[in-house]
Amino acid sequence: MDQVRRYLAPALFIAPGMLLYLVFIVYPMLQAVAMSLFDWQVVAGAVSVFRGLDNYARALADPRVWLSLSNSGVYMLFTVPPQIALGLGVALLLKDKSPAQPFFRVLYYLPVVTSWVVVSLLFKYLFADKGLINWGLGLQVSWLSDRWTAMVAICALGVWKGIGWSMMIFLAALQGVPQALIEASKIDGAGPWMRFRTVTIPAIWPTVAFVTIMLVIGGLNVFTSVQNMTGGAPGGDTDVVLTYMYRQAFEFLDFGYGSAIAVLLTLLVFALSAIQLRFFRNETMA
Amino acid sequence: MRVTPAIALRLTTLAVGALVMITPFLYMVSTSFKAQQYVLKVPPQFIPDPATLANYERVLTKGNFGHFFLNSVLVAGTSTVIAVFLSAMLAYGFARYRFPAREWLFRLLLLGLMIPAMMLIIPQFILAKWLGLIDSLPGLVVFYVAGNLALNTFLLRGFFEALPAELDDAMQIDGANDWRRFLDLALPLGRPALATATIFTFLATWDEYAWALTSITTPENQTLPIAIALMQGPKGTQWGLVFAASIIAIVPVIAVFLTFQRHFVQGLTSGAVKG
Repeated sequence: MDQVRRYLAPALFIAPGMLLYLVFIVYPMLQAVAMSLFDWQVVAGAVSVFRGLDNYARALADPRVWLSLSNSGVYMLFTVPPQIALGLGVALLLKDKSPAQPFFRVLYYLPVVTSWVVVSLLFKYLFADKGLINWGLGLQVSWLSDRWTAMVAICALGVWKGIGWSMMIFLAALQGVPQALIEASKIDGAGPWMRFRTVTIPAIWPTVAFVTIMLVIGGLNVFTSVQNMTGGAPGGDTDVVLTYMYRQAFEFLDFGYGSAIAVLLTLLVFALSAIQLRFFRNETMA
Repeated sequence: MRVTPAIALRLTTLAVGALVMITPFLYMVSTSFKAQQYVLKVPPQFIPDPATLANYERVLTKGNFGHFFLNSVLVAGTSTVIAVFLSAMLAYGFARYRFPAREWLFRLLLLGLMIPAMMLIIPQFILAKWLGLIDSLPGLVVFYVAGNLALNTFLLRGFFEALPAELDDAMQIDGANDWRRFLDLALPLGRPALATATIFTFLATWDEYAWALTSITTPENQTLPIAIALMQGPKGTQWGLVFAASIIAIVPVIAVFLTFQRHFVQGLTSGAVKG
Protein backbone atom coordinates (compact mmCIF):
# COMPACT_ATOMS: atom_id res chain seq x y z
CA MET A 1 0.00 0.00 0.00
CA ASP A 2 2.81 2.34 0.95
CA GLN A 3 4.61 1.38 -2.26
CA VAL A 4 1.53 2.23 -4.28
CA ARG A 5 1.16 5.64 -2.68
CA ARG A 6 4.83 6.42 -3.14
CA TYR A 7 4.88 5.71 -6.86
CA LEU A 8 1.36 6.87 -7.71
CA ALA A 9 2.30 10.51 -8.35
CA PRO A 10 5.25 9.87 -10.68
CA ALA A 11 3.27 7.16 -12.46
CA LEU A 12 0.45 9.60 -13.16
CA PHE A 13 2.86 12.26 -14.42
CA ILE A 14 4.70 9.84 -16.69
CA ALA A 15 1.87 7.62 -17.91
CA PRO A 16 -0.03 9.77 -20.45
CA GLY A 17 3.01 10.90 -22.42
CA MET A 18 4.86 7.62 -22.08
CA LEU A 19 1.87 5.62 -23.29
CA LEU A 20 1.54 7.80 -26.36
CA TYR A 21 5.27 7.51 -26.97
CA LEU A 22 5.29 3.74 -26.62
CA VAL A 23 2.34 3.25 -28.98
CA PHE A 24 3.21 5.76 -31.69
CA ILE A 25 7.02 5.80 -31.63
CA VAL A 26 8.48 2.72 -29.92
CA TYR A 27 6.02 0.22 -31.35
CA PRO A 28 6.62 1.49 -34.93
CA MET A 29 10.39 1.16 -34.35
CA LEU A 30 9.99 -2.53 -33.57
CA GLN A 31 7.36 -2.92 -36.27
CA ALA A 32 9.76 -1.48 -38.88
CA VAL A 33 12.25 -4.23 -38.09
CA ALA A 34 9.51 -6.88 -38.12
CA MET A 35 8.03 -5.68 -41.42
CA SER A 36 11.44 -5.73 -43.09
CA LEU A 37 11.45 -9.53 -42.67
CA PHE A 38 8.19 -10.01 -44.59
CA ASP A 39 6.84 -9.71 -48.06
CA TRP A 40 4.31 -7.37 -46.49
CA GLN A 41 0.80 -7.31 -47.95
CA VAL A 42 -1.16 -4.09 -47.57
CA VAL A 43 -4.47 -5.42 -48.78
CA ALA A 44 -6.76 -6.54 -45.95
CA GLY A 45 -6.99 -10.32 -45.74
CA ALA A 46 -3.90 -11.01 -47.83
CA VAL A 47 -1.26 -13.03 -46.01
CA SER A 48 2.21 -11.57 -45.54
CA VAL A 49 4.90 -14.16 -46.12
CA PHE A 50 7.92 -14.36 -43.86
CA ARG A 51 11.05 -13.94 -45.97
CA GLY A 52 13.83 -13.72 -43.41
CA LEU A 53 16.61 -11.46 -44.66
CA ASP A 54 15.50 -11.56 -48.32
CA ASN A 55 14.56 -7.86 -48.35
CA TYR A 56 18.02 -6.98 -47.05
CA ALA A 57 19.75 -9.16 -49.63
CA ARG A 58 17.63 -7.54 -52.31
CA ALA A 59 18.48 -4.04 -51.07
CA LEU A 60 22.21 -4.73 -51.04
CA ALA A 61 22.02 -6.08 -54.59
CA ASP A 62 19.80 -3.25 -55.87
CA PRO A 63 21.87 -0.79 -57.96
CA ARG A 64 19.22 1.88 -57.32
CA VAL A 65 19.82 1.60 -53.57
CA TRP A 66 23.52 2.22 -54.14
CA LEU A 67 22.79 5.07 -56.53
CA SER A 68 20.47 6.78 -54.03
CA LEU A 69 22.96 6.14 -51.24
CA SER A 70 25.71 7.73 -53.29
CA ASN A 71 23.45 10.75 -53.87
CA SER A 72 22.83 10.99 -50.12
CA GLY A 73 26.60 10.71 -49.64
CA VAL A 74 27.29 13.45 -52.16
CA TYR A 75 24.71 15.62 -50.45
CA MET A 76 26.39 15.03 -47.10
CA LEU A 77 29.86 15.69 -48.45
CA PHE A 78 28.92 18.94 -50.14
CA THR A 79 26.60 20.36 -47.48
CA VAL A 80 28.19 19.44 -44.13
CA PRO A 81 31.69 21.00 -44.51
CA PRO A 82 30.36 24.26 -46.04
CA GLN A 83 27.75 24.61 -43.32
CA ILE A 84 30.41 24.16 -40.64
CA ALA A 85 32.97 26.44 -42.27
CA LEU A 86 30.54 29.20 -43.22
CA GLY A 87 28.52 28.91 -40.00
CA LEU A 88 31.69 29.19 -37.92
CA GLY A 89 33.01 31.98 -40.14
CA VAL A 90 29.88 34.09 -39.74
CA ALA A 91 29.82 33.35 -36.01
CA LEU A 92 33.42 34.55 -35.65
CA LEU A 93 32.61 37.77 -37.50
CA LEU A 94 29.50 38.28 -35.38
CA LYS A 95 30.76 37.25 -31.98
CA ASP A 96 31.63 40.69 -30.63
CA LYS A 97 28.56 42.44 -29.36
CA SER A 98 27.67 45.33 -31.64
CA PRO A 99 24.50 47.17 -32.63
CA ALA A 100 24.51 45.29 -35.94
CA GLN A 101 24.74 41.83 -34.35
CA PRO A 102 21.03 41.08 -33.76
CA PHE A 103 20.19 42.37 -37.22
CA PHE A 104 22.66 40.09 -39.01
CA ARG A 105 21.75 37.18 -36.77
CA VAL A 106 18.13 37.43 -37.88
CA LEU A 107 19.01 37.67 -41.58
CA TYR A 108 21.26 34.61 -41.49
CA TYR A 109 18.78 32.61 -39.43
CA LEU A 110 15.69 33.42 -41.52
CA PRO A 111 16.09 30.45 -43.94
CA VAL A 112 16.26 28.06 -40.98
CA VAL A 113 12.77 28.91 -39.78
CA THR A 114 11.22 28.87 -43.24
CA SER A 115 9.40 25.70 -44.26
CA TRP A 116 11.35 23.15 -46.35
CA VAL A 117 8.52 22.94 -48.87
CA VAL A 118 8.55 26.68 -49.50
CA VAL A 119 12.32 26.98 -49.89
CA SER A 120 12.43 23.87 -52.11
CA LEU A 121 9.95 25.45 -54.51
CA LEU A 122 11.84 28.72 -54.27
CA PHE A 123 15.12 27.08 -55.29
CA LYS A 124 13.39 25.14 -58.03
CA TYR A 125 12.26 28.49 -59.36
CA LEU A 126 15.70 30.10 -58.98
CA PHE A 127 17.33 27.16 -60.79
CA ALA A 128 14.69 27.04 -63.55
CA ASP A 129 15.90 27.16 -67.19
CA LYS A 130 15.00 30.85 -67.42
CA GLY A 131 15.62 31.45 -63.74
CA LEU A 132 17.71 33.87 -61.77
CA ILE A 133 20.76 31.58 -61.42
CA ASN A 134 21.21 30.99 -65.13
CA TRP A 135 20.78 34.67 -65.81
CA GLY A 136 23.17 35.69 -63.02
CA LEU A 137 25.88 33.26 -64.14
CA GLY A 138 25.26 33.83 -67.82
CA LEU A 139 24.55 30.14 -68.36
CA GLN A 140 22.00 28.10 -70.25
CA VAL A 141 21.98 25.06 -67.99
CA SER A 142 18.90 22.93 -67.46
CA TRP A 143 19.89 22.36 -63.83
CA LEU A 144 17.17 20.04 -62.64
CA SER A 145 17.13 17.66 -65.59
CA ASP A 146 20.56 16.09 -65.07
CA ARG A 147 21.82 14.16 -62.07
CA TRP A 148 24.90 16.20 -61.20
CA THR A 149 23.59 19.68 -61.94
CA ALA A 150 20.43 18.82 -59.99
CA MET A 151 22.60 17.76 -57.05
CA VAL A 152 24.31 21.15 -57.23
CA ALA A 153 20.95 22.89 -56.87
CA ILE A 154 19.83 20.56 -54.05
CA CYS A 155 23.13 20.99 -52.17
CA ALA A 156 23.02 24.78 -52.65
CA LEU A 157 19.63 24.78 -50.95
CA GLY A 158 20.93 22.57 -48.13
CA VAL A 159 23.85 24.90 -47.40
CA TRP A 160 21.80 28.09 -47.71
CA LYS A 161 19.12 26.78 -45.36
CA GLY A 162 21.57 25.37 -42.83
CA ILE A 163 24.22 28.08 -42.31
CA GLY A 164 22.05 29.98 -39.84
CA TRP A 165 21.65 26.97 -37.57
CA SER A 166 25.33 26.19 -37.21
CA MET A 167 26.08 29.92 -36.91
CA MET A 168 23.69 30.18 -33.97
CA ILE A 169 25.21 27.17 -32.19
CA PHE A 170 28.79 28.36 -32.78
CA LEU A 171 27.85 31.87 -31.64
CA ALA A 172 26.71 30.49 -28.30
CA ALA A 173 29.83 28.35 -27.97
CA LEU A 174 32.13 31.28 -28.77
CA GLN A 175 30.61 33.33 -25.92
CA GLY A 176 31.90 30.61 -23.63
CA VAL A 177 35.56 30.83 -24.71
CA PRO A 178 37.44 32.21 -21.67
CA GLN A 179 38.58 35.77 -22.42
CA ALA A 180 41.58 35.28 -20.12
CA LEU A 181 43.00 32.59 -22.38
CA ILE A 182 42.71 34.83 -25.41
CA GLU A 183 44.44 37.71 -23.58
CA ALA A 184 47.18 35.39 -22.35
CA SER A 185 47.92 34.11 -25.84
CA LYS A 186 47.93 37.70 -27.13
CA ILE A 187 50.59 38.55 -24.56
CA ASP A 188 52.53 35.50 -25.73
CA GLY A 189 52.55 37.13 -29.16
CA ALA A 190 50.12 34.80 -30.93
CA GLY A 191 48.54 36.20 -34.11
CA PRO A 192 44.81 35.83 -34.86
CA TRP A 193 45.23 32.53 -36.75
CA MET A 194 47.42 31.08 -34.00
CA ARG A 195 44.91 32.16 -31.34
CA PHE A 196 42.09 30.65 -33.35
CA ARG A 197 43.92 27.34 -33.63
CA THR A 198 45.32 27.05 -30.13
CA VAL A 199 42.61 28.71 -28.03
CA THR A 200 39.29 28.99 -29.85
CA ILE A 201 39.16 25.62 -31.60
CA PRO A 202 40.04 23.54 -28.51
CA ALA A 203 37.52 25.53 -26.45
CA ILE A 204 34.64 24.94 -28.87
CA TRP A 205 35.69 21.40 -29.88
CA PRO A 206 32.67 19.69 -28.24
CA THR A 207 30.40 22.06 -30.19
CA VAL A 208 32.21 21.26 -33.44
CA ALA A 209 31.58 17.60 -32.69
CA PHE A 210 27.91 18.20 -31.89
CA VAL A 211 27.30 20.28 -35.03
CA THR A 212 29.12 17.79 -37.28
CA ILE A 213 27.22 14.79 -35.96
CA MET A 214 23.86 16.56 -36.22
CA LEU A 215 24.58 17.76 -39.75
CA VAL A 216 25.69 14.32 -40.92
CA ILE A 217 22.49 12.81 -39.52
CA GLY A 218 20.46 15.59 -41.14
CA GLY A 219 22.30 15.10 -44.44
CA LEU A 220 21.50 11.41 -44.59
CA ASN A 221 17.88 12.27 -43.85
CA VAL A 222 17.40 14.69 -46.69
CA PHE A 223 13.93 14.12 -48.16
CA THR A 224 11.59 17.09 -48.54
CA SER A 225 13.89 19.17 -50.73
CA VAL A 226 14.63 16.33 -53.17
CA GLN A 227 10.99 15.24 -53.23
CA ASN A 228 9.87 18.75 -54.16
CA MET A 229 12.71 19.88 -56.40
CA THR A 230 13.16 16.83 -58.62
CA GLY A 231 11.03 14.04 -57.17
CA GLY A 232 13.95 11.78 -58.12
CA ALA A 233 13.79 12.83 -61.77
CA PRO A 234 15.18 12.19 -64.29
CA GLY A 235 14.28 8.53 -63.93
CA GLY A 236 15.32 8.21 -60.30
CA ASP A 237 18.82 9.55 -60.98
CA THR A 238 18.53 12.18 -58.24
CA ASP A 239 16.87 9.88 -55.71
CA VAL A 240 18.34 9.95 -52.22
CA VAL A 241 17.84 7.00 -49.88
CA LEU A 242 14.67 8.36 -48.31
CA THR A 243 12.93 9.35 -51.56
CA TYR A 244 13.75 5.91 -52.96
CA MET A 245 12.49 4.23 -49.80
CA TYR A 246 9.36 6.38 -49.87
CA ARG A 247 8.59 5.46 -53.47
CA GLN A 248 9.10 1.74 -52.85
CA ALA A 249 6.61 1.91 -49.99
CA PHE A 250 3.95 4.35 -51.08
CA GLU A 251 4.07 4.10 -54.85
CA PHE A 252 4.86 0.40 -55.36
CA LEU A 253 3.31 -0.59 -52.00
CA ASP A 254 6.35 -2.72 -51.24
CA PHE A 255 6.25 -2.04 -47.51
CA GLY A 256 8.59 -4.84 -46.49
CA TYR A 257 11.29 -3.69 -48.90
CA GLY A 258 10.83 -0.04 -47.89
CA SER A 259 11.19 -1.02 -44.23
CA ALA A 260 14.40 -2.91 -44.92
CA ILE A 261 15.89 0.19 -46.60
CA ALA A 262 14.75 2.35 -43.66
CA VAL A 263 16.36 -0.03 -41.15
CA LEU A 264 19.60 -0.12 -43.14
CA LEU A 265 19.74 3.67 -43.22
CA THR A 266 19.10 3.86 -39.47
CA LEU A 267 21.97 1.44 -38.86
CA LEU A 268 24.19 3.56 -41.09
CA VAL A 269 23.23 6.71 -39.17
CA PHE A 270 24.05 5.02 -35.85
CA ALA A 271 27.35 3.64 -37.13
CA LEU A 272 28.45 7.00 -38.55
CA SER A 273 27.50 8.78 -35.32
CA ALA A 274 29.47 6.26 -33.25
CA ILE A 275 32.55 6.60 -35.49
CA GLN A 276 32.40 10.40 -35.28
CA LEU A 277 32.00 10.35 -31.50
CA ARG A 278 35.10 8.19 -31.24
CA PHE A 279 37.01 10.40 -33.66
CA PHE A 280 36.18 13.61 -31.81
CA ARG A 281 37.01 12.07 -28.44
CA ASN A 282 40.43 10.85 -29.65
CA GLU A 283 41.22 14.18 -31.22
CA THR A 284 40.72 16.01 -27.90
CA MET A 285 43.09 13.62 -26.16
CA ALA A 286 45.83 14.30 -28.69
CA MET B 1 32.67 53.10 -31.42
CA ARG B 2 35.47 54.01 -33.81
CA VAL B 3 35.23 52.31 -37.18
CA THR B 4 38.63 50.85 -37.91
CA PRO B 5 39.45 49.28 -41.30
CA ALA B 6 39.17 45.85 -39.65
CA ILE B 7 35.64 46.57 -38.47
CA ALA B 8 34.67 48.02 -41.83
CA LEU B 9 35.96 44.91 -43.59
CA ARG B 10 34.10 42.68 -41.18
CA LEU B 11 30.82 44.55 -41.62
CA THR B 12 31.20 44.52 -45.41
CA THR B 13 31.78 40.76 -45.44
CA LEU B 14 28.76 40.23 -43.21
CA ALA B 15 26.62 42.48 -45.36
CA VAL B 16 27.58 40.72 -48.59
CA GLY B 17 26.82 37.35 -46.96
CA ALA B 18 23.52 38.61 -45.63
CA LEU B 19 22.61 39.87 -49.09
CA VAL B 20 23.19 36.38 -50.53
CA MET B 21 21.05 34.89 -47.77
CA ILE B 22 18.22 37.33 -48.21
CA THR B 23 18.09 37.71 -52.01
CA PRO B 24 16.05 34.52 -52.59
CA PHE B 25 13.42 35.83 -50.15
CA LEU B 26 13.29 39.26 -51.75
CA TYR B 27 13.00 37.71 -55.19
CA MET B 28 10.19 35.49 -53.94
CA VAL B 29 8.32 38.53 -52.63
CA SER B 30 8.89 40.29 -55.93
CA THR B 31 7.61 37.35 -57.97
CA SER B 32 4.48 37.09 -55.85
CA PHE B 33 3.50 40.47 -57.32
CA LYS B 34 4.10 39.45 -60.94
CA ALA B 35 1.65 38.21 -63.53
CA GLN B 36 2.45 34.77 -64.98
CA GLN B 37 3.99 36.08 -68.21
CA TYR B 38 6.66 37.98 -66.21
CA VAL B 39 7.77 35.32 -63.71
CA LEU B 40 10.42 33.71 -65.93
CA LYS B 41 11.24 36.71 -68.04
CA VAL B 42 14.87 37.18 -69.16
CA PRO B 43 16.36 39.46 -67.94
CA PRO B 44 14.52 38.97 -64.65
CA GLN B 45 12.48 41.73 -63.09
CA PHE B 46 13.55 42.57 -59.57
CA ILE B 47 10.90 45.25 -59.23
CA PRO B 48 7.68 43.89 -60.72
CA ASP B 49 6.51 46.02 -63.60
CA PRO B 50 3.56 46.08 -63.77
CA ALA B 51 3.03 45.02 -60.16
CA THR B 52 -0.19 43.22 -59.45
CA LEU B 53 -2.09 42.00 -56.40
CA ALA B 54 -3.89 39.40 -58.51
CA ASN B 55 -1.95 36.45 -57.05
CA TYR B 56 -2.85 37.37 -53.48
CA GLU B 57 -6.43 38.02 -54.51
CA ARG B 58 -6.69 34.60 -56.14
CA VAL B 59 -5.05 32.81 -53.24
CA LEU B 60 -7.34 34.44 -50.71
CA THR B 61 -10.61 34.27 -52.62
CA LYS B 62 -10.48 31.35 -55.03
CA GLY B 63 -9.86 27.78 -54.02
CA ASN B 64 -9.51 26.47 -50.49
CA PHE B 65 -6.43 28.28 -49.25
CA GLY B 66 -8.23 29.82 -46.27
CA HIS B 67 -9.43 26.36 -45.32
CA PHE B 68 -5.90 24.90 -45.52
CA PHE B 69 -4.59 27.78 -43.45
CA LEU B 70 -7.23 27.06 -40.81
CA ASN B 71 -6.31 23.35 -40.89
CA SER B 72 -2.69 24.25 -40.24
CA VAL B 73 -3.62 26.61 -37.40
CA LEU B 74 -5.81 23.94 -35.79
CA VAL B 75 -3.35 21.08 -36.22
CA ALA B 76 -0.20 22.98 -35.23
CA GLY B 77 -1.97 24.81 -32.38
CA THR B 78 -3.56 21.71 -30.84
CA SER B 79 -0.48 19.56 -31.29
CA THR B 80 1.74 22.19 -29.69
CA VAL B 81 -0.45 22.72 -26.63
CA ILE B 82 -0.89 18.99 -25.98
CA ALA B 83 2.73 18.06 -26.74
CA VAL B 84 4.18 20.76 -24.48
CA PHE B 85 1.79 19.97 -21.62
CA LEU B 86 2.41 16.21 -21.75
CA SER B 87 6.16 16.80 -22.09
CA ALA B 88 6.07 19.09 -19.04
CA MET B 89 4.34 16.33 -17.06
CA LEU B 90 6.90 13.78 -18.23
CA ALA B 91 9.80 16.10 -17.49
CA TYR B 92 8.44 16.91 -14.03
CA GLY B 93 7.96 13.22 -13.28
CA PHE B 94 11.53 12.45 -14.32
CA ALA B 95 13.02 15.47 -12.53
CA ARG B 96 11.20 15.35 -9.20
CA TYR B 97 10.69 11.66 -8.36
CA ARG B 98 12.74 8.51 -7.93
CA PHE B 99 11.03 5.36 -9.12
CA PRO B 100 11.95 1.98 -10.59
CA ALA B 101 12.94 1.90 -14.28
CA ARG B 102 13.34 5.70 -14.26
CA GLU B 103 16.69 5.79 -16.05
CA TRP B 104 15.61 3.06 -18.38
CA LEU B 105 12.45 4.89 -19.45
CA PHE B 106 14.37 8.12 -19.93
CA ARG B 107 16.87 6.36 -22.15
CA LEU B 108 14.01 5.00 -24.21
CA LEU B 109 12.92 8.62 -24.73
CA LEU B 110 16.44 9.63 -25.76
CA LEU B 111 16.37 6.88 -28.37
CA GLY B 112 13.48 8.79 -29.94
CA LEU B 113 15.81 11.76 -30.39
CA MET B 114 18.17 9.69 -32.49
CA ILE B 115 15.67 7.83 -34.67
CA PRO B 116 14.75 10.07 -37.60
CA ALA B 117 11.03 10.55 -38.10
CA MET B 118 11.14 9.27 -41.69
CA MET B 119 12.30 5.82 -40.54
CA LEU B 120 9.00 5.26 -38.79
CA ILE B 121 6.73 6.45 -41.53
CA ILE B 122 5.84 3.03 -43.00
CA PRO B 123 4.84 1.31 -39.73
CA GLN B 124 3.15 4.52 -38.57
CA PHE B 125 1.07 4.48 -41.73
CA ILE B 126 -0.01 0.88 -41.04
CA LEU B 127 -0.75 1.74 -37.40
CA ALA B 128 -2.75 4.83 -38.34
CA LYS B 129 -4.75 2.84 -40.86
CA TRP B 130 -5.53 0.21 -38.28
CA LEU B 131 -6.62 2.81 -35.69
CA GLY B 132 -8.67 4.81 -38.19
CA LEU B 133 -6.30 7.78 -37.87
CA ILE B 134 -5.49 8.05 -41.55
CA ASP B 135 -6.64 11.06 -43.57
CA SER B 136 -7.88 13.05 -40.56
CA LEU B 137 -6.72 16.12 -38.69
CA PRO B 138 -6.88 14.36 -35.28
CA GLY B 139 -4.70 11.68 -36.86
CA LEU B 140 -2.09 14.31 -37.69
CA VAL B 141 -2.31 15.72 -34.15
CA VAL B 142 -1.77 12.35 -32.45
CA PHE B 143 1.41 11.63 -34.41
CA TYR B 144 2.72 15.19 -34.10
CA VAL B 145 2.25 15.10 -30.32
CA ALA B 146 4.00 11.71 -30.02
CA GLY B 147 6.79 12.84 -32.32
CA ASN B 148 7.58 15.97 -30.30
CA LEU B 149 7.55 14.45 -26.81
CA ALA B 150 11.16 13.26 -26.65
CA LEU B 151 12.86 16.55 -27.50
CA ASN B 152 10.60 18.65 -25.28
CA THR B 153 10.91 16.32 -22.31
CA PHE B 154 14.68 16.40 -22.68
CA LEU B 155 14.65 20.20 -22.82
CA LEU B 156 12.26 20.67 -19.87
CA ARG B 157 13.70 18.05 -17.54
CA GLY B 158 16.93 19.96 -17.12
CA PHE B 159 14.99 23.09 -16.30
CA PHE B 160 12.75 21.46 -13.70
CA GLU B 161 15.74 19.80 -12.08
CA ALA B 162 17.35 23.19 -11.59
CA LEU B 163 14.32 24.61 -9.71
CA PRO B 164 15.05 24.86 -5.96
CA ALA B 165 13.49 21.99 -4.02
CA GLU B 166 12.83 24.28 -1.01
CA LEU B 167 9.87 25.94 -2.73
CA ASP B 168 8.40 22.54 -3.45
CA ASP B 169 8.84 21.46 0.16
CA ALA B 170 7.28 24.67 1.46
CA MET B 171 4.17 24.15 -0.67
CA GLN B 172 3.98 20.55 0.42
CA ILE B 173 3.96 21.62 4.07
CA ASP B 174 1.13 23.99 3.21
CA GLY B 175 -0.80 20.93 2.10
CA ALA B 176 -0.57 21.28 -1.68
CA ASN B 177 -0.66 17.90 -3.42
CA ASP B 178 1.65 16.83 -6.24
CA TRP B 179 -0.65 18.02 -9.02
CA ARG B 180 -1.13 21.47 -7.43
CA ARG B 181 2.62 21.86 -6.99
CA PHE B 182 3.09 21.02 -10.67
CA LEU B 183 0.42 23.43 -11.89
CA ASP B 184 0.97 26.33 -9.47
CA LEU B 185 4.72 26.15 -8.92
CA ALA B 186 6.62 24.22 -11.59
CA LEU B 187 4.70 25.46 -14.63
CA PRO B 188 4.79 29.20 -13.75
CA LEU B 189 8.48 29.02 -12.84
CA GLY B 190 9.17 27.02 -15.99
CA ARG B 191 7.78 29.67 -18.31
CA PRO B 192 11.01 30.49 -20.16
CA ALA B 193 11.67 26.84 -20.93
CA LEU B 194 8.02 26.23 -21.80
CA ALA B 195 8.12 29.17 -24.20
CA THR B 196 11.14 27.67 -25.95
CA ALA B 197 9.46 24.28 -26.19
CA THR B 198 6.27 25.88 -27.51
CA ILE B 199 8.05 27.79 -30.25
CA PHE B 200 10.06 24.84 -31.54
CA THR B 201 7.07 22.51 -31.45
CA PHE B 202 4.90 25.03 -33.27
CA LEU B 203 7.49 25.51 -36.01
CA ALA B 204 8.00 21.77 -36.41
CA THR B 205 4.28 21.02 -36.67
CA TRP B 206 3.48 24.03 -38.86
CA ASP B 207 6.11 22.97 -41.40
CA GLU B 208 5.69 19.19 -41.18
CA TYR B 209 5.49 17.66 -44.63
CA ALA B 210 6.29 13.93 -44.85
CA TRP B 211 3.62 12.59 -42.50
CA ALA B 212 0.91 14.89 -43.84
CA LEU B 213 1.86 13.86 -47.39
CA THR B 214 1.55 10.21 -46.42
CA SER B 215 -1.58 10.23 -44.33
CA ILE B 216 -3.79 12.90 -45.93
CA THR B 217 -5.64 11.87 -49.08
CA THR B 218 -8.74 14.09 -49.07
CA PRO B 219 -8.06 17.61 -50.37
CA GLU B 220 -10.09 19.24 -47.61
CA ASN B 221 -7.82 17.75 -44.92
CA GLN B 222 -4.65 19.22 -46.40
CA THR B 223 -2.35 21.43 -44.35
CA LEU B 224 -0.35 24.30 -45.87
CA PRO B 225 2.89 22.46 -46.77
CA ILE B 226 0.91 19.86 -48.73
CA ALA B 227 -1.37 22.39 -50.36
CA ILE B 228 1.59 24.52 -51.44
CA ALA B 229 3.60 21.54 -52.72
CA LEU B 230 0.57 20.52 -54.81
CA MET B 231 0.35 23.95 -56.44
CA GLN B 232 3.18 22.88 -58.77
CA GLY B 233 1.60 22.14 -62.09
CA PRO B 234 2.74 19.19 -64.24
CA LYS B 235 3.69 21.79 -66.83
CA GLY B 236 4.07 25.46 -66.14
CA THR B 237 3.78 26.20 -62.43
CA GLN B 238 2.02 29.45 -61.56
CA TRP B 239 5.00 30.81 -59.67
CA GLY B 240 3.40 34.09 -58.68
CA LEU B 241 0.52 32.20 -57.13
CA VAL B 242 2.81 29.67 -55.40
CA PHE B 243 4.84 32.42 -53.78
CA ALA B 244 1.85 34.52 -52.75
CA ALA B 245 0.59 31.42 -50.93
CA SER B 246 4.08 30.67 -49.55
CA ILE B 247 4.47 34.17 -48.16
CA ILE B 248 1.12 33.99 -46.41
CA ALA B 249 2.18 30.61 -44.99
CA ILE B 250 5.56 31.74 -43.67
CA VAL B 251 4.44 35.08 -42.22
CA PRO B 252 3.17 33.52 -38.94
CA VAL B 253 6.44 31.62 -38.54
CA ILE B 254 8.61 34.66 -39.13
CA ALA B 255 6.43 36.70 -36.77
CA VAL B 256 6.85 34.07 -34.05
CA PHE B 257 10.58 33.97 -34.69
CA LEU B 258 11.06 37.74 -34.56
CA THR B 259 8.96 38.06 -31.40
CA PHE B 260 10.61 35.25 -29.47
CA GLN B 261 14.20 35.46 -30.75
CA ARG B 262 15.58 35.37 -27.21
CA HIS B 263 13.94 32.00 -26.55
CA PHE B 264 15.33 30.65 -29.80
CA VAL B 265 18.86 31.27 -28.73
CA GLN B 266 18.17 29.73 -25.31
CA GLY B 267 16.55 26.69 -26.84
CA LEU B 268 19.38 26.12 -29.28
CA THR B 269 22.05 26.49 -26.65
CA SER B 270 20.37 24.07 -24.28
CA GLY B 271 21.26 21.62 -27.00
CA ALA B 272 19.88 19.07 -29.38
CA VAL B 273 17.46 21.26 -31.31
CA LYS B 274 17.90 20.90 -35.04
CA GLY B 275 15.77 23.30 -37.08
